[in-house]
Amino acid sequence: MRALFWRDIMLALRAGGGFGLGLAFFLIVVTLVPLALGPNPELLSRVAAGILWLGALLACLLSLDRIFALDWEDGTLELLATSPVPLEGLVGIKALAHWITTGVPLVCVAPVLGGLLNLPASGYLWLVAGLFVGTPALSMIGAFGAALTVGLKRGSLLLSLLVLPLYVPTLIFGAEVARRGAAGLDVQTPLLLLTGITLGTLACLPFAAAAVLRVNLR
Amino acid sequence: MASIWEYANPKKFIDTTDRVIPSLWIISMVFVVLGLGWGFFFTPDDFRQGSTVKIIYIHVPSAFVAINAWLMMLVASLIWIVRRHHVSALAARAAAPVGIVMTLIALVTGALWGQPMWGTWWVWDPRLTSFLILFLFYLGYFALWQAVENPDTAADLTAVLCLVGSVFAFLSRYAVIFWNQGLHQGATLSMDKKENISDVFWYPLLLSLAGFTLLFLVLVLVRTQTEIRARRMHALEMRERLAE
Repeated sequence: MRALFWRDIMLALRAGGGFGLGLAFFLIVVTLVPLALGPNPELLSRVAAGILWLGALLACLLSLDRIFALDWEDGTLELLATSPVPLEGLVGIKALAHWITTGVPLVCVAPVLGGLLNLPASGYLWLVAGLFVGTPALSMIGAFGAALTVGLKRGSLLLSLLVLPLYVPTLIFGAEVARRGAAGLDVQTPLLLLTGITLGTLACLPFAAAAVLRVNLR
Repeated sequence: MASIWEYANPKKFIDTTDRVIPSLWIISMVFVVLGLGWGFFFTPDDFRQGSTVKIIYIHVPSAFVAINAWLMMLVASLIWIVRRHHVSALAARAAAPVGIVMTLIALVTGALWGQPMWGTWWVWDPRLTSFLILFLFYLGYFALWQAVENPDTAADLTAVLCLVGSVFAFLSRYAVIFWNQGLHQGATLSMDKKENISDVFWYPLLLSLAGFTLLFLVLVLVRTQTEIRARRMHALEMRERLAE
């Protein structure tokens, strides 16, 4: 399993800018927002937390179809399915690798981009905390969506239609943590709910995703 | 003893539903026409809302059916996963477009009513928002059915999506309440009589609800029959192509 994990990380790093693409996309979204809404600092500081969450969500979505598609095309996935590693574990490892190559860098640069968007000083800690807790759920849900659409030709459009509604609870609680943090309010309730959603998806979705992969590999 | 699982046999299903469908059509139409007619022509105007209150006879039943259609799809998907009855998977597929249309009707009638009453077509109220999210879930579910070619694979994938989607739809429903306070009025249909609407509006609404539910039932039965027949035709064509 460890070998699988390093293989995925290495593939993401070497084959076409794993860290880079998601981050660049995140940066572009954050750059476009003031261009679209106007440079008013007050307005920007009010919407900053939400924009950063939305950007993280879209950047995550962008790299989802890579999770299984390449392994599916060259037949690696079938080999992996017959290997002694359970398919559930494979899905978990893949989601973890996806999180480390997209989620973690996003969490790291979010404070810088928050500065660009004039995020209030009290919001930084909670924005980062919320993203750190919430992005694993995004990767796991995304891995489920990628497993659903792995055999399809026009999968990536369908993938976003399937995955985005599933992101709703994570987005609501994550953005709420950042918003309340920025406003100096108590963040405990949404943060706990966000953690609950992440832990719940991590516990249950590998099984659903593995079931779906088995159907697709039949 | 006759068991409900007999209807998992497509032939038995078609034979029985063929006998039931005409009368179900008539009954559901009678209920819908009576409910809507009574509601539209023979109820007084509300003292604050005027005649716009009458949209309730479409709005509430369609919303009711939209939610319960998803529940029916969930049950049918579970039956498909556990017992592998094709009729069940096809029934789930048949219910999806009806659910989509009902969700749309509920959203549109709500907007039409909201414009004069709330002064806006749309607000980001929890109920409205969760209905929009439900609509997105329906779209994704249906799109997945359309996209996968092998019918058994499609049935399996959509069934799992329906299960996972139900959990997330439920989560979204409560997350949305957490996110924003609402403008929408409370439940019209709770069993707790105190907050219900007055009897003048209540009885035609009940009729209309029954009518919409029966209409949903008929539409799903007919569409399931169509799906079964379409699959049979497909099988026949394949067999002929093999024989050539």
